[in-house]
Amino acid sequence: MTSIKQLPYEEYFLAGNGSCPGCGLTIGLRNVLKALGKEVYMVVPASCSSVVQSPFPNSSATVPLLNTPFAASAAAASGMVRALKVMGKDSVVMVWAGDGGTFDIGLATVSGAAERNEDLLYICYDNEAYMNTGGHRSSATPLGTFTGTTPTGKKENKKNIPLIMAAHGIPYVATASIAFITDLYDKILKAKDMKGFRYIQIFSPCTPGWLLPTEKSVESAKLAVQTGMYPLFEIENGIFKISAPSKAYLKKEKRKPLTDYFKLQGRFKHLKEEDIKLIEKWVDEISEEYASMDGKKVV
Amino acid sequence: MSIIEEKKGVSSVKVVTANEAVALAVKCAKVDVVGAYPISPQTSIMEYLTKYIETENLSMEIVRVESEHSAMAVAMGASSVGARAFTATASQGLLYMAEMVYWVGGSRLPIVMAITSRAMGAPWILGNEHTDILLPREWGWMVLFPEDNQEVFDTIIQAYRIADKTLIPVVVGLDGFILSHTTMPISIPDQSVIDSFIPKDVPKPYALDISNPFTHGNAVHSNLYLEFRYDIFRTIEESEDLVDQVDKEWEKITGRSYGGVIEEYLLDDAEVAIVIMGASSGDAKQAAKNVREKYGIKAGVIRLRSIRPFPVKRLSRIANNLKAIGVFDRNMSPGLGGMIATEVKFALYDLKNKPLVQSYIGGLGGKDVKIVDFEKIFTELKEIVDGKVGVEKVKWVGLDLAAVDSYFEEV
Repeated sequence: MTSIKQLPYEEYFLAGNGSCPGCGLTIGLRNVLKALGKEVYMVVPASCSSVVQSPFPNSSATVPLLNTPFAASAAAASGMVRALKVMGKDSVVMVWAGDGGTFDIGLATVSGAAERNEDLLYICYDNEAYMNTGGHRSSATPLGTFTGTTPTGKKENKKNIPLIMAAHGIPYVATASIAFITDLYDKILKAKDMKGFRYIQIFSPCTPGWLLPTEKSVESAKLAVQTGMYPLFEIENGIFKISAPSKAYLKKEKRKPLTDYFKLQGRFKHLKEEDIKLIEKWVDEISEEYASMDGKKVV
Repeated sequence: MSIIEEKKGVSSVKVVTANEAVALAVKCAKVDVVGAYPISPQTSIMEYLTKYIETENLSMEIVRVESEHSAMAVAMGASSVGARAFTATASQGLLYMAEMVYWVGGSRLPIVMAITSRAMGAPWILGNEHTDILLPREWGWMVLFPEDNQEVFDTIIQAYRIADKTLIPVVVGLDGFILSHTTMPISIPDQSVIDSFIPKDVPKPYALDISNPFTHGNAVHSNLYLEFRYDIFRTIEESEDLVDQVDKEWEKITGRSYGGVIEEYLLDDAEVAIVIMGASSGDAKQAAKNVREKYGIKAGVIRLRSIRPFPVKRLSRIANNLKAIGVFDRNMSPGLGGMIATEVKFALYDLKNKPLVQSYIGGLGGKDVKIVDFEKIFTELKEIVDGKVGVEKVKWVGLDLAAVDSYFEEV
């Protein structure tokens, strides 16, 4: 396992970009690119990242970057991968997409590319809503969450995309978090050297969208893992494995109370006790399910 | 040796459908990546291409995607790193793909797309119509429209040369079923002829590469967007000559040319002419001959090969000598007229001696239009010239409202 001191000094996504203070996606992208190095082509669909990279003629990306319409990224990346193959170039192609572009509008495209097992790395930075539009629910938004289109709280649970991706039979699926950088870094390193479709989903807090103080971004991401709201795991060649940061929190008695996580964020401010019970039930079920899957071939 | 083979640069003759002609042209163009999704009447293009790839060991990659939107996204991703890319679609598929088609137009990627024309629903309809092919004319693409299978093959090759030169993507339209599923002999030039006509080592300032990293398609402020659009406008406007020139260069090496932006048929002494595009042009030409023989009407045909660039210069020159033009549109702009008629009027409005222009709409959804229908148009145009009938906003060809009533009576 890589230690924090071993992370490269080189920066591939530069400072001075257009992100908000405390932006989770930028922390994620900065470290993902540290793991991948400069030999990577980036494909970015409509998302906060379209803006964060900075407007023409400036760009914070020091690697080639192709912007695409919302639902197109996994297909555009497929075309790019095939073209590089024909041209005899051997570089990683990485999609960097948000949860709206992955869970919702881009799902057919992501599923198509996964079914074809295209040789690309698909990363979804999950900030649990359409944040570029000003904060609107996606199917990645957790139960009870306030957004601009769920003013009294979302009525449905978060869609379990990592397991749906795993069901495609792709070689690698993982969840990661910007609060556990070395775990994230090692997952990217591992995925980088694999062939076929690799899916990594990174928990990325959005300070304005979550009504979260800018300095609490990493802390809330850590709490999401410690409360069981966002378990970290890998499914490598069909074998499920809970990741080290989440290991302790599969047991209910070890988990921190959900209210520790909720109280930092304005998007959960309105939750009543019965709402929290419903969310807790979901966390309990997911944790139990993952505990029973740990170490087993699940696909 | 057949007449066809006597032409220059020919190595083989094949009897093929227009869809197979497209596939052969794509193979001969040494396309690197194809985005493939089935839709009638385009599907057999992809069947042929997959067959070539899997049985002839081509280095072409075909990505069999889950939607037309993704088919164009594949072509875009491939083209963005400098590969030669192709896709094809029709009708509903083009509509589903629309967002990507517009994006590619703005991206200035030299992709070529074949559209086998087909009407669009609702209701479900398979028949031929040109509305789909005309839509990308507003989306930053050039739109070329060949008449027969040989010209389909040749135009795909010409399209790559035009796209590589202008960095404007090109649609090659072909009439669904009428051409796509009809066999004709075509001659295929020697591969070396095609290689030298559309070399792959051309300047690619748009191509992303690890050694030259930049960001493609990121946001612009309003102070630049208008200028980007202007550049697309100007490039397409100015390529009227390029389309002519590429067609002439093609003639030098193959012996075949089609008049560039417009094929002019019997126009030297013509008084009246039909503006038309695609496969029905043959019927219009036959009708022109017939009415010359039968009634002595000085009739000719203006076959638009290029819709974008719209051949304003050539059309103006031709129209100067005409008294009336009938524009036959196998498409419509609801409530206004035929889409091409609208553009012809725009193009000719400033002419001092402009001809009268009559819009005709017919053949929608594959409804048959016969030689006799074009003969009627010519005689009507002559009557317009003679002042016997007036110009109406639109005249409909083959419209049979009584038939609709009888359907309801039967029900």
